[in-house]
Amino acid sequence: MKRFLEGSQAVANSVALCKPGVIAAYPITPQTHIPEELSKLVAEGLLNSEFVNVESEHSAASVVLGSTACGVRSYTATSSQGLLLMGEVLFNIAGLRLPVVLTCANRAVSAPINIWNDQQDSISLRDSGWAQFYVENIQEAVDFHIIAYRLAEDRNIMLPVMVCMDGYILTHGVEVVDMPEQKDVDRFLPAYKPLYKLDIENPLTLGFLADTDYYMETRFAIQKTHQEILDLLPKITHDFRNVFGRDYGEGLIETYRTTDAERVIVAMGSVCGTIKEVVDQLRRKGKKVGLLKVITYRPFPIDKIYEALKNVPKVAVLDRALSLGADAPLYTEIRAIFFGKKRSPKLIRSFIAGLGGRDITLDSIKEIFKKLSLKTTEEEFIDLKPELLKDKV
Amino acid sequence: MKEIRIHARAGQGAITTATILGYAYFLKGFYPYAFPHFGAARMGAPMNAFLRVDTKPIRLRSQIYEPDYVLIVDPTLLRGFNCLVGLKDDGIAIINEGEGIDKSKLNFKRKLYFVPAAKIALETIGKPLANTALLGAFIAVSRDLDIEVLIKSLEIRFKGEILEKNILSAKKGFEFVKERF
Repeated sequence: MKRFLEGSQAVANSVALCKPGVIAAYPITPQTHIPEELSKLVAEGLLNSEFVNVESEHSAASVVLGSTACGVRSYTATSSQGLLLMGEVLFNIAGLRLPVVLTCANRAVSAPINIWNDQQDSISLRDSGWAQFYVENIQEAVDFHIIAYRLAEDRNIMLPVMVCMDGYILTHGVEVVDMPEQKDVDRFLPAYKPLYKLDIENPLTLGFLADTDYYMETRFAIQKTHQEILDLLPKITHDFRNVFGRDYGEGLIETYRTTDAERVIVAMGSVCGTIKEVVDQLRRKGKKVGLLKVITYRPFPIDKIYEALKNVPKVAVLDRALSLGADAPLYTEIRAIFFGKKRSPKLIRSFIAGLGGRDITLDSIKEIFKKLSLKTTEEEFIDLKPELLKDKV
Repeated sequence: MKEIRIHARAGQGAITTATILGYAYFLKGFYPYAFPHFGAARMGAPMNAFLRVDTKPIRLRSQIYEPDYVLIVDPTLLRGFNCLVGLKDDGIAIINEGEGIDKSKLNFKRKLYFVPAAKIALETIGKPLANTALLGAFIAVSRDLDIEVLIKSLEIRFKGEILEKNILSAKKGFEFVKERF
């Protein structure tokens, strides 16, 4: 049913449709209305779930680690510093092969303190073993949580999934959402049946010491499973379309007017909507431009991106996060795809925009397309204020 | 596409205002996108709420720089900010009339509607919450929506006595514009 909902409220209701048995959250900044709405649903008896208020994000992650290990579908949400505080536990959750689903409301990382949107938080956790989705709008945020549980709990996968949605722009934005029906979610997402679980009747241990003889194989196994996600996700999104009627292709990337494009921007998250607007505007003027949206960042869909970009002469990669001291994360990975390949863009250029909530406007995107026509190959920060930068003291 | 920018202070209900108006458009089959932008994250800090409305889903995620409408909930903001910056040439501003506004400084070609929204709110709600009176005025000015659909939207947000008071406030804001302009 179509409703006019705030992103956080919509996601909370989507999570509720997935019926998690345990929800844990730390109820203070940085947090969203998602746990708040879920706690309300639990308190009102609309969701049969154990809601655990904890004393920190580290504990929130630890609670869902424990509850999932006991065989219960679990959920948590966080943001920014909170996600980083969870970091140690997040690696453990992946290593333990526990299918937790977490929402990251993407926000900048301190210092200086900044509560606004960028994607540095979840990008910093890209090596944790979690799958990561980046959504463009609230509808995708709603749908990809349901897809996330289905993927995470697949017995051939058994890995956690992080759904990343831009803070404020999507979490506090209100728009029209087609909320799934409970009967459809029940049809699409069967109850969680763990392969192994902590059970006092049948004692076992999880995550015990793996010494030099064993550890490396556990990491190799996660790496292999990420490859399997690339094959499985298209089947899941196909099923999703059959049940809910919404088509996310293979769930890995989305191409927008790239077929004959001479200049393409690669990006993730809500900014893709703004880029689509600019693409349409420039297309009306006869400019051959397009967008490649990366939905699944982990696993990184190398082959799909290669196919989509191999004939595009000029590619801009828009990062909303940095790897300080090196090239930007998404840019580095896009470039790496084409090393040693026969076909490749002539130019792949790195653009950084929207850090700490700096607004990305239509003009910001036009600027990127314009700068892609220049000869230079240097990294460029869009909408930077040089007047705020001083020479060394 | 129509773009509406609301100027207020954190805690004055600007997001709620944008959401209520967005809901009214939603009830009429439009695709609204309401969103806030906070300055300093504390009560009283100047902030904006935005509403974009179209007949198809909104994709543009930037703030609003060239609005069709500006709604000013807190007139004291006019002292420190140019709240009308970027307002389209044929754009309209609806301003909660307050003390100390130097109207001569606002005299340019755009249409300005001063509505005693806080006064209406004091009479109806009992608190100077100008929002629903401004929304009533907006309905009268924009002619996109009718007052009934705004009332339906208020019914989603409020209940009981608070609902009745807000409906009255919206109606008075609506009537003020109808009578005066």
